[in-house]
Amino acid sequence: MKQFLTFVRKEFYHVFRDKKTLLMLFGLPIVQIVLFGFALTNEIKNSKIVICDYAKDEATQQIINKIEASQNFDIQKTLFSHRQIEEAFKAGNIKLAIIFPANFNNDLSHLHQAQVQIIADASDPNTANTLTNYATAIIMDYQQELMKNNVVPFRIVPEIRMLYNPELKGATNFVPGVMALVLMLVCVMMTSVSIVREKENGTMEVLLVSPFNPFLVIIAKAIPFLLLSIVNLSVILILSVTLLDMPINGSISLLFAESILLIITALSLGLLISNVAQSQQAAMLISLMGMLVPTMLFTGFMFPIENMPVPLQVICNIIPAKWYYTIVKSIMIKGLGFSAIWKETLVLFGMTVFLLVVSFKKFKTRLV
Amino acid sequence: MTNETVIKTDKLTKRFGDFIATNEITFEVYAGEIFGFLGANGAGKTTAMKMLCGLSTPSSGNATIAGFDIYKQTEEIKKNIGYMSQKFSLYEDLTVLENIQFFGGIYGLTDKQLKAKSNQLIETLGMQNEAKKLVASLPLGWKQKLAFSVAILHEPKIVFLDEPTGGVDPIVRRQFWDLIYSAADRGITIFVTTHYMDEAEYCNRVSMMVDGVIKALDTPDNLKKQFSASSMDDVFFELARGAKRKAD
Amino acid sequence: MRTLKFLLQKEFKQIFRNKALLPLIFVVPIVQLLILPLAADYEVKNINISIVDHDHSTFSRNLISKITSSGYFRLADYSNSFQSAFNQIESDKSDLILEIPQGFEKNLVRENEQKLFIAVNAINGVKAGLGGAYLNQIITAYNADIRLQWFQSDKFNTAPVITVASSNWFNPFMNYRFFMVPGILVVLVTMVGAYMCALNIVKEKEAGTIEQINVTPIKKYQLILGKLIPFWIIGMFVFSVGLFVVARLVYGIVPVGSLLLLYGYLSIYLIALLGLGLLISTFAETQQQAMSVAFFFIMIFMLMSGLFTSLDGMPQWAYIIAKCSPVTYFIEVVRMVVLKGSGFSDIKNHFVIMIGFAVLLNGLAIWNYKKTS
Repeated sequence: MKQFLTFVRKEFYHVFRDKKTLLMLFGLPIVQIVLFGFALTNEIKNSKIVICDYAKDEATQQIINKIEASQNFDIQKTLFSHRQIEEAFKAGNIKLAIIFPANFNNDLSHLHQAQVQIIADASDPNTANTLTNYATAIIMDYQQELMKNNVVPFRIVPEIRMLYNPELKGATNFVPGVMALVLMLVCVMMTSVSIVREKENGTMEVLLVSPFNPFLVIIAKAIPFLLLSIVNLSVILILSVTLLDMPINGSISLLFAESILLIITALSLGLLISNVAQSQQAAMLISLMGMLVPTMLFTGFMFPIENMPVPLQVICNIIPAKWYYTIVKSIMIKGLGFSAIWKETLVLFGMTVFLLVVSFKKFKTRLV
Repeated sequence: MTNETVIKTDKLTKRFGDFIATNEITFEVYAGEIFGFLGANGAGKTTAMKMLCGLSTPSSGNATIAGFDIYKQTEEIKKNIGYMSQKFSLYEDLTVLENIQFFGGIYGLTDKQLKAKSNQLIETLGMQNEAKKLVASLPLGWKQKLAFSVAILHEPKIVFLDEPTGGVDPIVRRQFWDLIYSAADRGITIFVTTHYMDEAEYCNRVSMMVDGVIKALDTPDNLKKQFSASSMDDVFFELARGAKRKAD
Repeated sequence: MRTLKFLLQKEFKQIFRNKALLPLIFVVPIVQLLILPLAADYEVKNINISIVDHDHSTFSRNLISKITSSGYFRLADYSNSFQSAFNQIESDKSDLILEIPQGFEKNLVRENEQKLFIAVNAINGVKAGLGGAYLNQIITAYNADIRLQWFQSDKFNTAPVITVASSNWFNPFMNYRFFMVPGILVVLVTMVGAYMCALNIVKEKEAGTIEQINVTPIKKYQLILGKLIPFWIIGMFVFSVGLFVVARLVYGIVPVGSLLLLYGYLSIYLIALLGLGLLISTFAETQQQAMSVAFFFIMIFMLMSGLFTSLDGMPQWAYIIAKCSPVTYFIEVVRMVVLKGSGFSDIKNHFVIMIGFAVLLNGLAIWNYKKTS
């Protein structure tokens, strides 16, 4: 046992003496929480638009006022001609153009109908759709007001209740994803690089020659990252709860237990990569390209899994982070207990066992 | 061997914070001689050499190498010297031939010169079969000899060798020193650091650094007489016994 | 000049001999360019809805069929009990619940007003918002239909009606891939270029060969150029393969604007990016450090670049940070030129800023690299 602790202590020295890497290890989760919590959002706000008003009458002015008041839009310019619209789109960030024809109010009062034209920059189809919908909603609102004097029978009134996240905060979706990402990143990349570095330096041979079970050498390597990850996790949770008002509705100990499971999965994956990679560069690039990007994509927090074509959805199931993401959401936000997530836990556990068995086998053959 | 001075230092000092690695060392090296720069590990040899090569700026003191000032003319110095580091730094993922061509080209050899020199070098070293192999596949002794030959490819005035014979057997070491002799015969000054005291016997003159200071500087024979020693090993023991700095 | 030729020869030989690295530089970005856009789809569709119908009337059935035929929703469950619907939400089998109360049809006719209850899983705020909005739209349309059937009164014919005609420019098929692919291409080129470059000098530091170089009369700028040019060429190559092979053949994206302009901007962008990699390389002592620092910056740049989320929604401080990253500008330029056909005058400012980045970063790298320490 004492020998084991000696190894562990050496590994801690390695990690803590490299200040620049340490900065990244601790800084990254904090930066990500701040970014995802405050800067990155799927909401569409303050989109720059232009208005081309040929009518310039009371009706158009009222509609324009409504638009200006809305948080979604930021009127950049009022244009005077159609041609300017194309230029405006090409030159910059204009996402939408609204055109009111001449005699708008007149048509509305006397002919009882008028038309408004909306042109969207559909390079980003989603934004185009959403903005068009918002603009249309504002215009329909105005129409409703005009109709106010008429009593409308047969009113169906939908009452909407938002579950789990009544304020529609983006954080509830992102934070569990960030947790998964950070844990995977630190554990997989750092572990694999650390082991490969010893191989490259030749010090691995020295360790293996010592009267010490080589598997314990590897486990000793993993321990600092295990502890570091738990610290990281705690930091993320504290930040999310204090800065982002994230709820923790379920059991914290269950959350940590599941997190430790994911950490072990990630460490095993790191071990596997270290067996395959011959140089630090290779270990790094495999971890990044081969693990980080898929994790970001296929976990389901950046892009919804159900939107993906079926073969990709299958790939998602191979990503450990995806299962962890579901588990965290269930515990933290929905407040559910183990009975709800036993299936996902089993999957993670199975992955861990598989990875450990494969990597230990590979490791052994390399020794012999 | 003329009496032209190729290296002249005057109280050359290098400090790292409070630690004085080399302490006001003063000496001269003459053209064409094999100058051994001895000392225990941690005595300051490598630090001194790095300053002379233009790799490190001195904290104080002066020096001229091949007539060029150590502070203001480092790039001129580099054109006139060769260097072989402790790690024999050749590119392991390039072939023997490619390493020769690269370093030769960097030092300004024309294509014709390069061709002639590489053929000559490969023949001298007997590496005809290895010319197209990656350096990584060569045994240590060959890498060493290759590194040295590459260092003097451009016929520099001085070549600096930092512990060039680490880790090889006595026969290979002897072969290496044959190469050094032939270079010295061609007029190249050899500045070599080592802690193999028997190699000290091969040098024209030898200096001994202890704790950052030069404690002795003379021919090996004179030093042995001075300290009543039968070998340079014993001379070293005498001088370095009181040394406070033991390891690098 | 000759020195540079020798440096370049050596660098290229080293890159191409590195068997582990080659597939990672060339194959992986291409593979990712194929997979990423398929995964990156923010459109809200296939929303799972559980309907609890206590009424079982013609009205409720018509409403339900309108919902299921809308294309936005998939009927996950149809039952009598709110609890069973709620279980669906808990187990993520359903995204929202519509509860139709008993006597829906009767009460609507008799009392002129009736409530419907909707519960939405709002963990994904955007999805919930849009899902709720779609459902609302369908209910409103259904409501109008009922009124029309029952109350054929002239009163409503004099109500003013505004029709909205909307059209979509630059991407008439509303293909989300058109939006994502150019941006993802930028990201891939960025990752490959920055990492490779950042690791390069550090590797030589670790091996000791950097000393051998420092002792030669090679000038600093020659060394930096020697490191920059190979990766610049690789970056251009990867981008071209991505644009002409993958983007065109697989996604059908053909740049609308001038290729010359695009490549001109790409060249400068690569210089800036590689300069960043080199700068990091001069600071780091080990490969692990270089990798960590490079990763830190690249991740921030990527997330803030406007690739996945819009810059418009950012708070002021975040916007400033985004504007300090070269990636942001290139993504804008790529989208503007490829999709909208913007011209030089439109991206003049972007050019100036990118040249500024290139000069700054490379200048710092050269300044910070010391042959003599």
